[in-house]
Amino acid sequence: MSHSVELIDVEQAFGDVKAVHHFSAHIAGGEFFSILGPSGCGKTTLLRLIAGFTEPTAGRVLIGDKDMAGIPADRRPTAMIFQSLALFPLMPVWENIAFGLEARGVPKAQRRKRAEELLELIALPGYGTRMVHELSGGQRQRVAIARALAVEPQVLLLDEPLSALDLKLRQHMRAELRALQKRTGVTFIYITHDQSEALAMSDRVAVMNAGVLQQIATPQELYANPATPFTARFVGETNGIIGTVRGLEAGLATLTTAEGRFTGRAGAGLEDGERASIFIRPEAMALSRIALPNSLSARAVSLEYEGASAMLRAVSEHGQELLATVPNRQLGEAPQAGEQIWLSFQPEEALILSEKGAAA
Amino acid sequence: MTEMIKRFGPGLGGFFIALVALWIIGMVLAPNLMMLNFSLKPMLFPNDIGGPKDVYTVENYTALFGDRVHRAIFLKTVWGSGLVMLATLAITYPLAFWMAKVATIRGARAMLIALIIPFWINEVLRTLAWFIILSFNGPLNAFLLSIGLIDAPVRWQGDFGVLAGMVYAYILFMLFPIYNSISTLETAQLEAAKNLGASTWRIHRRIVIPHAKAGIATGCVFTFMLAAGSYVAPALLGSPGSRWFTEIIYNWFFEGGNWNRGAAYALVLLVLCMAVVMVTLKIFRVNLADVAK
Amino acid sequence: MTMTSPVTARPAARPVKALDRLSRALPKLLFIAYLTLFLAYLFLPLIIMSAATFNTSKFPTVTPWLGTTMGWFQELWNDKAMWKALWLSLGIGLAVVAFALPVGTAAALFLTSLDARARGIFYAVMVSPLLTPGVAIGIATLILWRQAGIGGGTFLIVLAQATFITAYVMLMVVARLQRFDRAQEEAALGLGASKWMIFRRVLLPFLKPALIAAAFIAFLQSFENYNTTLFVRGTDTPLTVYIATKVRTGLTPAVNALALILIALTIVTALVMELNRRRKEGGRKEG
Repeated sequence: MSHSVELIDVEQAFGDVKAVHHFSAHIAGGEFFSILGPSGCGKTTLLRLIAGFTEPTAGRVLIGDKDMAGIPADRRPTAMIFQSLALFPLMPVWENIAFGLEARGVPKAQRRKRAEELLELIALPGYGTRMVHELSGGQRQRVAIARALAVEPQVLLLDEPLSALDLKLRQHMRAELRALQKRTGVTFIYITHDQSEALAMSDRVAVMNAGVLQQIATPQELYANPATPFTARFVGETNGIIGTVRGLEAGLATLTTAEGRFTGRAGAGLEDGERASIFIRPEAMALSRIALPNSLSARAVSLEYEGASAMLRAVSEHGQELLATVPNRQLGEAPQAGEQIWLSFQPEEALILSEKGAAA
Repeated sequence: MTEMIKRFGPGLGGFFIALVALWIIGMVLAPNLMMLNFSLKPMLFPNDIGGPKDVYTVENYTALFGDRVHRAIFLKTVWGSGLVMLATLAITYPLAFWMAKVATIRGARAMLIALIIPFWINEVLRTLAWFIILSFNGPLNAFLLSIGLIDAPVRWQGDFGVLAGMVYAYILFMLFPIYNSISTLETAQLEAAKNLGASTWRIHRRIVIPHAKAGIATGCVFTFMLAAGSYVAPALLGSPGSRWFTEIIYNWFFEGGNWNRGAAYALVLLVLCMAVVMVTLKIFRVNLADVAK
Repeated sequence: MTMTSPVTARPAARPVKALDRLSRALPKLLFIAYLTLFLAYLFLPLIIMSAATFNTSKFPTVTPWLGTTMGWFQELWNDKAMWKALWLSLGIGLAVVAFALPVGTAAALFLTSLDARARGIFYAVMVSPLLTPGVAIGIATLILWRQAGIGGGTFLIVLAQATFITAYVMLMVVARLQRFDRAQEEAALGLGASKWMIFRRVLLPFLKPALIAAAFIAFLQSFENYNTTLFVRGTDTPLTVYIATKVRTGLTPAVNALALILIALTIVTALVMELNRRRKEGGRKEG
């Protein structure tokens, strides 16, 4: 079992700017853990301080239960894969892969052998003498992974390594990365701003915004039960309507908004009388031509066909933009642009979250 | 500093810092400061150094502007260098534009190689070529006599010879920076301007020249500096009546034997060139990093 | 030219059309004339200088042509002073390269590891020798070292030339460094490489093309330098000084023979480099 990573109250400040605030997380050995957030949210900073390129201004980083304070990058049991990949352009592929072994004084013949094994692992046998510029984007990706794995790290740190690839290849590499992680059993910490990437690959995902940890959860949990309005909006599409809580009862809350009164599940710690938003996923919206309980009156704007379904865009009379998924079998009765419609939802499928701390 | 040590380790990083310090302090700053110090002292015999006569004075500088001949030569040098700069600019701009935007890649490449050849041959030889052409019984006079443009050989050496030789020697210092900067101009911009009905003149004035200003500034700064500091062209192509400022400096050192005054004169030349750099950068609103490319 | 105005779109009289064609061709003709003159201006002096080598005339010229000879090459070959000057120039050039290459590289690395403000200041100081007239560099060096009791000579020539040639090296290395992905250093560090190994295996190979080019330029700059050298040479005579002295004290076509050889060498070097470049480009396309 590879090492776990424990972050305890980690903080990183650059001058007056705090890039990471009091971040704590326990990442189990062998876990595929993603850190998800918009660019500039501090996720790369976090990764770099796990790697040891920077020291946190406060808090502790433990890898395999060992405190990493004062241990430089070259002596940590981690390896990093950079956004630019940072392959060495003037060395052939095998020397790239064996570079870490060369640094450890492993004899050449042995290095060569190990490089071939790793090329086998990443399904590029015989590519050892090629130059980096002769490889395709996906092949370079795999070489970067092999180079990192060559030093047998306990923890692999990946900084958006798929961002330079086109969509098709990216989707393919997701599956490959996931399979490789399962095969090697190495702990992966994966940074991304692409929520579909995080959801597709990870055991658990940490959502970060403006240096603050929002939530750590499994992908399913994250989607179904976001803990903060930020997470609700950032992960997947949603309809969010702001209002005031008027009544809490048996796990359900009622929210009065400019659009009317709605009932939904109450998020953790929700209090009566506070500002809150109700979040409804587009696929939870039902389209009707008559007013139903828990429904919003709106005017259809456009229908975007997406293949498996279509996305209806509508706008309420108060200017609230709304999204609803229309399954293919209902496309026949889809509204025309400008048509008056109602969008309704079940209270169990809506979540009401406090906006109190969200201003930060 | 600490970044250097952090990046390369104390051994290698320290070595690099030591090399840089040796260069900047030992070879750039110290010599110039010593020259400044020297220029502010009167010429002294060795046993007067440290004695009552060893005082600071601006006499070496006032001497330059007090001496009518030296002042005239200084002003002529400034004016002549300006002329060289303008002449090279006028001659090279069309070619630079053609190479960067009109010619095919192969054509431009071939031209570039053709130009590099005289550029790599040293200044003394380039000047020697003109020395031969302009000599009294040389090819230029022979040619002009044969086509009947002149009746008797002309003595070209003098101010004309000096300026002609300099333009020839420094022309590529103007051409290359302008060519480089025009090359980075997107050709679509020219097409767009033409499509919008702009005349050739307007395209150059409003699009090409503003884009190439860093290159033009660089070329101007270098040709002026090289011309003002040139010694070969005036020495070989000049006449007794066409002395250049550098020749006076040389004389203070190796004929007049007054190094202090020579140092003052050299500093005036240096300050002149720095001033031209500053003014040119200001006029073109370019910063130093764009010039030294 | 689809946006012609309605007035000119009407069929014009024939003579106007011919004139129109001429006026359209005129800029092109003018440009060809200009290009021809420019090339003549650039190369005629070199051709005349080279041609004079073969004239028996004691003073180098092509007018009048007194007879063809190869004798001036013989005279050049037998000129001991020329050989001495040539060897001295080559030695100085190598010494300058040996100094300027490491120092210029160190300076470039130093610049890139500074913050923006400090970088601006150091950059200005480092570039200043390029904007300083060569004579001033020579004089400043001469004055400083006289204080230490060291007069003009080969040592000061190397030092004075290296002062500004180092700046050329620095600029070329900086240009290359701008394309360097610093993540490569971190990646190597993360893989356990020592600082020395990162420098030797990652950074230095990356800089190699720039260093080769810089060494070439540095040597060339040193070899052809005259202005700076003149002031610090003492009694030593490198090639440029030798030529300039010859011109003033007894010019014979032997000097032209030397010029011709240098020109030929230059042409060969330029062509070899161009062919090399083409071969490399071709090779890359294949891969």
